[in-house]
Amino acid sequence: MAHNIQTEIETLKGHIVYLSTVVEENMQCAIKALIEKNSDLAYQVMQTDRCEVDHIETDVEQECLRIMALHQPVASDLRFLVTALKVNSDLERIGDLVAKIADKVLLLYKADPVKFLSDSMQIPEMFNGMFDKTVWMFKQAMEAFVNEDTDLAYKVCLADDEVDQAKRTIYSELEESIMSDPAQHVYLAKLLSVARSTERIADHCTNICEDIIYMAQGRIVRHNH
Amino acid sequence: MSHSNTAIMSIENPQVVVENLNFFYGSSQALKDVSFGIPQSQVTALIGPSGCGKSTFLRCINRMNDLVEGLRIEGLITIDGENINDTSLDVIELRRKVGMVFQKWNPFPKSIYENVIYGLRIAGIKERRVLDQAVEQSLKRAALWDEVKDRLQQSAMGLSGGQMQRLCIARAVAVNPEIILMDEPCSALDPRSTSRIEDLIRELRGEYTIIIVTHNMQQAARISDYTAYMYLGELIEYGPTQKLFTVPERKETEDYITGRFG
Repeated sequence: MAHNIQTEIETLKGHIVYLSTVVEENMQCAIKALIEKNSDLAYQVMQTDRCEVDHIETDVEQECLRIMALHQPVASDLRFLVTALKVNSDLERIGDLVAKIADKVLLLYKADPVKFLSDSMQIPEMFNGMFDKTVWMFKQAMEAFVNEDTDLAYKVCLADDEVDQAKRTIYSELEESIMSDPAQHVYLAKLLSVARSTERIADHCTNICEDIIYMAQGRIVRHNH
Repeated sequence: MSHSNTAIMSIENPQVVVENLNFFYGSSQALKDVSFGIPQSQVTALIGPSGCGKSTFLRCINRMNDLVEGLRIEGLITIDGENINDTSLDVIELRRKVGMVFQKWNPFPKSIYENVIYGLRIAGIKERRVLDQAVEQSLKRAALWDEVKDRLQQSAMGLSGGQMQRLCIARAVAVNPEIILMDEPCSALDPRSTSRIEDLIRELRGEYTIIIVTHNMQQAARISDYTAYMYLGELIEYGPTQKLFTVPERKETEDYITGRFG
């Protein structure tokens, strides 16, 4: 064996942190592309997801499987590797949802570029709070992963309710807007999808935190266990 | 039995109960205040670095240490409620009840048949039908019957290492023990023979109480229901194998099983 398992785990941890950095930057870019109606940036987000995020995820998974096969880990090493596999998968799914938000920007732009760039299509203010909270959850989840900080992980899990509530508010307001202004329904339906994707990102952050609690304490806390 | 240490699990209705066991070779103390219960019809693995007292502990259970010069033993070991160190206890009867399989297979230079019935012959059983039946049953229990049934009168020394070790297990079960002690039974076997012995241990579980010493952590994880981690003569942690190998309670156990030890 080229390395001992502790060295392998530290290297793997570094690769997961790198993946999370790429996903976080892409998330910030997707939000910016939506708010600033920047189709080039939206296209770049989708490219990054396809070319970078997906490849890193595959590499990390292979690395996890190799370490498991060669070192046959137990106890904290086993819990770390199982968590790493799941966090890796959650990060990839978050990457997909980020790309989905960027895709909505491109679809709106392609449908009617002039109308999309006009002032009649504004992103409702209420999205800002939801975006901020979701990005905060993502950053804190990764900090909890790096430091094995279960207190922070629990805090992030609790914040998911706020994002869920924000999505419900946005849904009811957008539905009302569709009723009052049916001509805008294509645009507003895309915004519904953005709210849904953002809420799903927050769910994945919660999954990551639940797995961090398992990694640190060996307790499965999913489904209120 | 009471434990101040929460990392040592209490077993309900244990078959073997060890209380405050101290064992000395002359002035050197090999076991220090070891207390725990071993459940019936389950596999219990003893793990720990060399010299931690695993084999000494194992040999205490059938009093194999009796012949060691200068030994001193304190504390209590009971099997089915009976104190095995009681002076009135019949040690031969204890060793019939508690069989043992060693690291290096040790068949006698006799036929396969004679090896299996050796213990029965010593016990005075001569009836051919009873002996034949015991040979077949024991070899079947040891998963060796199909391989040797046509050459029972041939020398046991012609068998492979894995077959010899299974023959030793057949010899141990022929006298109908309740407990089988195994001291690193696979350490000298190739992976295929090891796998057969591990399968056999899983099959014997339920019928016998098995206590196994092993240096192979994966083997302990694969075959045992409970695991005890010992270090420098002390019992550090004892509990269900699944828990000990996923979420050990003591840092010392974690360090040992993850290879951070030392």
